[in-house]
Amino acid sequence: MTPKPPVPVAIEANPWAELKQFTSARIALGRVGSSLPTDEVLRFGLAHAAARDAVHAPLDYAALGRELSAAGFDSYRVHSRAADRPTYLLRPDLGRDLRDDSRALLSSNADRELDTVFVIADGLSAFAITRHALPLLVAVHALLPPTYVMPPVVIVSQGRVAIGDAIGESLRARSVVVLIGERPGLSSPDSLGVYLTYAPKIGRTDAERNCVSNIRPEGLAYPDAARKLSWLLQTALQLRLSGIGLKDQSDLLEYQPHE
Amino acid sequence: MRYSHSVGASTYRFADLKAVLAKASPARSGDFLAGVAAGSAVERMAARLCLADLPLSVFLNETLIPYETDAVTRLIIDRHDLQAFTEIAHFTVGDFRNWLLLEATDEAALARIALAVTPEMAAAVSKLMRNQDLILVARKCRVITRFRNTLGLPGRLAVRLQPNHPTDDVKGIAAVILDGLLYGSGDAVIGINPASDSLPVLMGLWRMVDDVIQRFNVPTQSCVLTHVTNQIQAIERGAPIDLVFQSIAGTEAANASFGVTLKLLAEARDAALSLGRGTVGDNVMYFETGQGSALSANANFGIDQQTCEARAYAVAREFKPLLVNTVVGFIGPEYLYDGKQIIRAGLEDHFCGKLMGVPLGCDVCYTNHAEADQDDMDNLLTLLGAAGVTYIMGIPGADDIMLNYQSTSFHDALYLRTVLGLRHAPEFEAWLEHRQVTAGGKLRALPTQHGLLRALSDMTQNA
Repeated sequence: MTPKPPVPVAIEANPWAELKQFTSARIALGRVGSSLPTDEVLRFGLAHAAARDAVHAPLDYAALGRELSAAGFDSYRVHSRAADRPTYLLRPDLGRDLRDDSRALLSSNADRELDTVFVIADGLSAFAITRHALPLLVAVHALLPPTYVMPPVVIVSQGRVAIGDAIGESLRARSVVVLIGERPGLSSPDSLGVYLTYAPKIGRTDAERNCVSNIRPEGLAYPDAARKLSWLLQTALQLRLSGIGLKDQSDLLEYQPHE
Repeated sequence: MRYSHSVGASTYRFADLKAVLAKASPARSGDFLAGVAAGSAVERMAARLCLADLPLSVFLNETLIPYETDAVTRLIIDRHDLQAFTEIAHFTVGDFRNWLLLEATDEAALARIALAVTPEMAAAVSKLMRNQDLILVARKCRVITRFRNTLGLPGRLAVRLQPNHPTDDVKGIAAVILDGLLYGSGDAVIGINPASDSLPVLMGLWRMVDDVIQRFNVPTQSCVLTHVTNQIQAIERGAPIDLVFQSIAGTEAANASFGVTLKLLAEARDAALSLGRGTVGDNVMYFETGQGSALSANANFGIDQQTCEARAYAVAREFKPLLVNTVVGFIGPEYLYDGKQIIRAGLEDHFCGKLMGVPLGCDVCYTNHAEADQDDMDNLLTLLGAAGVTYIMGIPGADDIMLNYQSTSFHDALYLRTVLGLRHAPEFEAWLEHRQVTAGGKLRALPTQHGLLRALSDMTQNA
């Protein structure tokens, strides 16, 4: 007896697929009975897998250090007090604090006051750092005044946003810019966030920071993010503040073409 | 007062009532983070044994945060129904659990005592209950609310259609509303989380959703989930606002971190009531809550996160909401670590809310840094369906592209209706049949020429 040739099961398609042009939401998926068709279950599963890997994949710090160096940026490598990823996820307080040897390393190099220190932290997505940290840093650096000398970049493992305060304080920096992997979504496993804090010191609140979010080619592109960030940074140093007081003026950026 | 319990040769002592509650709580990361969790499994059981022997009245006599310093405590005490309490006043917490589970304790009995149950009593008894107890008792509670339709009837399940878009694009949002309605979702509310804070953008959203609802006579209500002060302002400027939304928490300080007071919530409710937009009822408020919010605002005062959450329901209850939503897995693994903790928390929240007479729904959800996946959501969804949850979220493919988390989908709602035989809100059910989206309660295969599809599609193109 010859086996029957495979016949695909009829999926109840939705006659409004054209609306997908207006949103990346998962609309017009069709159905089998009341359930999702197999292809969508697998597509979703793959996106979730990418987001999970983004959270748990370790950042290759040595490679990042080499790439920074090749681009002309010196770096320090430091650690938060969260020893590993499970601890990091459960104890946000430890991810905000520097390990003692890291603090000592930075303090011993704080021989002069700095305008700004750039920090790169893995946060919740190593993919974001691997893909976007260096290109963004290069783009921002190009927009800063020629007189600006970039101090060594601080690479921190298992770090949260507020660890920038401890780092800035240890290095006697007037401001700190933290590049950090954002919480991954299904459609954005590699989104980079940047937080600017003027006069960093331990205990600063989120209201005292400015944030530029969703930096990746499909979201906020590098040149736009760099323009926003360099404007915020230079204005923060000028006005001697960051956070809510600065936020209202950042929109002016739209009307200030940068040469 | 000192609390203690002996297990064999060991005596476990607890500094105060909130320590007993915290240590009796099922293990969860947020209570460890707060430093209030039991130090061992046996200490946890000792706390439960201690708790089981306490009279319910202890929660009236010993407040967790002083009456003088916390507006939520004052609300709880001032609104407590002493008359109704006489029916359960003689119970210990352990007796209370037994009484709740009796067959004789039916819908009417539970309705009689709803205002006699303080959040602390609800939280306390839940800590002695297994998941099946939380389901069985919640299922007996009936909380019915109305605006343009009737929610909370037995055998019914409603869905909040959540059409979020990362840049609040009106066409993108309209496209998702169409998708959801044609999948039979949206009877609880069409509720948009905006990315923007800008009033002109928000006004555009209110007008668009209202236009859809009015033009097609959809028996449902809309909501744009922005800060309550924005909504009061928008009402003054003539926005067509059905429900007023606000995130709330269980302590005065946590509410202050959200920028709200009880007085402000009352003003917002009055503003919404003044519009008189409900057709079958005037439940005009929509609240969201979630375990861990008080701790994350540094405003938990040594109270465990589940008890803080139950206190938020006392705030909700005061304002007669149409819907209350525990956004259970959104906050992250430092508060609810994995699927087991999220599932337990969802069932606890639903039970406590319903026992207190609050129309609880649940955003069955998780973030990508939690140890959870869609299978865990299927489990919680099914358990809550069995528990008679008022409503769940409907998000296309369960993927919220604005808030970056996973919840439940339009398809998930269909699944739950299929396996548990749950029907839509009656007015919405009639509308779906009339519009030929469903036939005999089942989704139909829609032709391209379906009237609603054509009209809504035109609207999207021209939005």
